[in-house]
Amino acid sequence: MKKTVDATGLSCPLPVIETKKALKEMSRGELEVIVDNTIALQNLEKMAKQMGLDHQLETINENKHIIRILVGDTAGEEARDVEAAPNVSGKTVVVLSSDTMGSGDQDLGRVLMKGFVFALTELDRLPDKVLLYNSGVKLSVAGSDSLGDLQKLEERGVEILNCGTCLNFFNLTNELAVGSVTNMYEIVQSQMEAGTIIQP
Amino acid sequence: MKDPNFLVGFDKSDDAAVYRLTDDLAIVQTLDFFPPMVDDPYIFGQVAAANALSDVYAMGAVPKTALNIVCFPEKMDLNVLSQVLQGGSEKVMEAGAVLAGGHSIDDVDVKYGLSVTGIIDPRKIYTNVGCKPGDVLLLTKPLGVGIVCSANRVGEASAEAMQQAVRYMTTLNKYAAEVVRGFPVHACTDVTGFGFLGHLHEMLGSETSAVIYGNRIPHIPEAFHYAEEFLITGAAQRNRNFLEGFVEIGPDVPFGIEEILFDPQTSGGLLVSVPGDVGEQVLEELEKLGLPCGIVGEVIERGEREIVVR
Repeated sequence: MKKTVDATGLSCPLPVIETKKALKEMSRGELEVIVDNTIALQNLEKMAKQMGLDHQLETINENKHIIRILVGDTAGEEARDVEAAPNVSGKTVVVLSSDTMGSGDQDLGRVLMKGFVFALTELDRLPDKVLLYNSGVKLSVAGSDSLGDLQKLEERGVEILNCGTCLNFFNLTNELAVGSVTNMYEIVQSQMEAGTIIQP
Repeated sequence: MKDPNFLVGFDKSDDAAVYRLTDDLAIVQTLDFFPPMVDDPYIFGQVAAANALSDVYAMGAVPKTALNIVCFPEKMDLNVLSQVLQGGSEKVMEAGAVLAGGHSIDDVDVKYGLSVTGIIDPRKIYTNVGCKPGDVLLLTKPLGVGIVCSANRVGEASAEAMQQAVRYMTTLNKYAAEVVRGFPVHACTDVTGFGFLGHLHEMLGSETSAVIYGNRIPHIPEAFHYAEEFLITGAAQRNRNFLEGFVEIGPDVPFGIEEILFDPQTSGGLLVSVPGDVGEQVLEELEKLGLPCGIVGEVIERGEREIVVR
């Protein structure tokens, strides 16, 4: 269950009160609270800490801050997460080296890739980076089916890195619509330092 | 060039300005006004006046004249204004001062306060720095009025809690000032917008540290419950941010007390630093005034942390 409280425009203690109300109605899941100032964010953080709830903070810009609070049996969830997650430390890097997923049929591959990128946005724990090279960069340009999802990932703090040589090759440099342009050095470095590399 | 008779100004974040007229006479000047924190205009007038007069008491001075400062919407019912002024003038009278006039302007919101002038022997000024190791710290009013007023704004405060807050906010610091005048005072300030810890921080300067007893803080009981229920204010969090690095809060101090210590006060009590050996005696006299008060901590040599709450 995922819920959002938009507390923009409310002054303290109202954001906290609205959040408390929403938490009461939730047995488990994630509550996302949007506020427009850091003081309200800090008060919400204080509350989450006091209540012993796992939470994440994110600042979109000066007037938009988000706290995500995990509700319910989070201890159990965490334990399962640890079990499910590969037992490694370091960053999680997703490598998209093609605009299709798997081999066999191109059209199917494109549908699968679209689903894969969407599924990334739904993860509780997002990857740290997405690297796109070869025809993978076609996912990052205007008109791509995955553009919205990649932008969503970027908004939530995931670094989106596109191979500059590849963009040039496909003549798409000016069409790039998400993330930044990178070079081979960074592509190698990111994979060297990664704890986990996910390649569909 | 500095006028040698200008004794106290903003440099040490003191409560009021002091100017020496003769060897044994100085004037104390202060000004304070703000928007309403309670619905009742008469009570608001009393609170605003008590708050403005408080700075004079915090210097150890006696208020003599006061001038009204009024912002009031042209279209609003003038009866409301007259109740505000009524409340204010009664407090000025209770202080033994003269309400000598004032100035009003049209504004979108109501604001009210006073400019107060008092007198003092310049050799007996209480500044807000001067704490000495071995001093005890006394607080003459309970904390938590900020939390209660803010809970009241969102309809969450009980009538009883609000009544207590109003009683404390409308009580003049005159009586507490008269009590402490009989003792050697090393430093004195009134607790207002920066909260207890913020004003204590100013008082300690760079030479001393303080230990605060988390279980001996006079406070409105329901303020504690409201804070534990997270009816917490933005202003308290700003105070907390400002004091980051200066204050260490022990693990046994409940969250509610922590919030109360950062809670901005309106017309709060005096925070007084007196030698340890007279602390109990001062407290005994203060208790006779009938307000919750207490010895809330002690001053020590400057340590690693400026303020430790335990």
